[in-house]
Amino acid sequence: MKIVIPTETDNLDSPFHPRFGRAVSFTFFDTETEEWEVVPNPACNSSGGAGVQAAQFIAKHGAQVVISGDFGPKAYNALAAGGVQMFLAPVNEALSIREVLARYQQGQLKEVSAPTNPGRHASPSHE
Amino acid sequence: MRIAVASGKGGTGKTTVATSLALSLDTTRTMVLDCDVEAPNAHLFLNPTFERRKEVGILIPQVDGGRCSFCGRCAEVCQFHAIAVIGQNILVFPELCHGCGSCTLNCPEQAISEQLDVLGILEAGPTPTGVYFARGVMKVGEPMAVPIIRELKKWDIEGRGTSLASQDEAYDWETIILDAPPGTSCPVVESVHGADFAVLVTEPTPFGLHDLRLMVEVLHKLDIPAGVIINRDGTGNVEVDQFCAEADLPVLMRIPLDRSIGAGIAQGKPLVAIRPEYTDQFRDLYRRILDILQKAGP
Repeated sequence: MKIVIPTETDNLDSPFHPRFGRAVSFTFFDTETEEWEVVPNPACNSSGGAGVQAAQFIAKHGAQVVISGDFGPKAYNALAAGGVQMFLAPVNEALSIREVLARYQQGQLKEVSAPTNPGRHASPSHE
Repeated sequence: MRIAVASGKGGTGKTTVATSLALSLDTTRTMVLDCDVEAPNAHLFLNPTFERRKEVGILIPQVDGGRCSFCGRCAEVCQFHAIAVIGQNILVFPELCHGCGSCTLNCPEQAISEQLDVLGILEAGPTPTGVYFARGVMKVGEPMAVPIIRELKKWDIEGRGTSLASQDEAYDWETIILDAPPGTSCPVVESVHGADFAVLVTEPTPFGLHDLRLMVEVLHKLDIPAGVIINRDGTGNVEVDQFCAEADLPVLMRIPLDRSIGAGIAQGKPLVAIRPEYTDQFRDLYRRILDILQKAGP
């Protein structure tokens, strides 16, 4: 199973990125091989719809679980449509990437069943 | 002739100028388009009787699940990420869609059709003075004004279109005045696009100047000649005048800060009704615009 954590660097001891669509990179952990893989997030600087784009990207890469500090409505709907399970990590503890994974594996993180923010709606180019 | 009235800064007097300019001209051959679809207010000064209405919006994709092969081409070509293909699921996000039609055109299975997503309405009708009036009104909660303004500018109402050359020659407009929204973003660009001349209404304050500069840059890129009206003249400082001199922008009119004008506007009276002497000034301004355009050549 592939677990995805939004990140800013490839250092597993540095804090994870609290937002999903705008994360710099996605760190994949494969529970079978126990291997880590960091891939850049193509939606990072998108003018709009970053959550949708990022969701398609990780689903295509075989993600089954994603852990983030925040899921907007469009990202939530896209991930749910792709059958990707979403878990919420606390954003105020500056958890490292390793710690986020450990909390998930210990069953300490809550599964998300609705978007965690109301969304940012339009693309900035039209505001 | 199409004259856009714009400003950059909000609240400088665009609508005051747009409506009074219209009322000073050959009113039966003049139309005012209120392009500030997010907060239209020119009707307050012109009192139109709306006799035409039309719902407008953008065409958003509708996917036929039976024909779709989930190839993902639509999602690939959508630069706004308004359509997503995830596994055997297709999602459309209307609030991200700009209605460009790329997904429909690129679908190899012809599985996408388009349906109107209503963003607002257009309304038009005559006013007691003879000026014809049309406006767009955006639906509350919608994020995109541009498609409404675009539709307003090309609305064809039985030959009395909102574009300069209507189909019926008897209703050919001599002048169309476009009352633009504040700011310098996409809705403003859409409003002023295609105008022959832009009247920039500003006030002699640092904020007025800052936004005037931005607007002048926009017009420069669009290649639209412009002149300035300084409203609330006598307040603030001389920097707007200095800027106009340096940028070779003619100052076409000055409206002093005058409490009685403000009080009249607040009661819904046009400037030329409060101060009839402005009628001649607006006529002069119109002649000066014609002069400037003539000198610039075709």
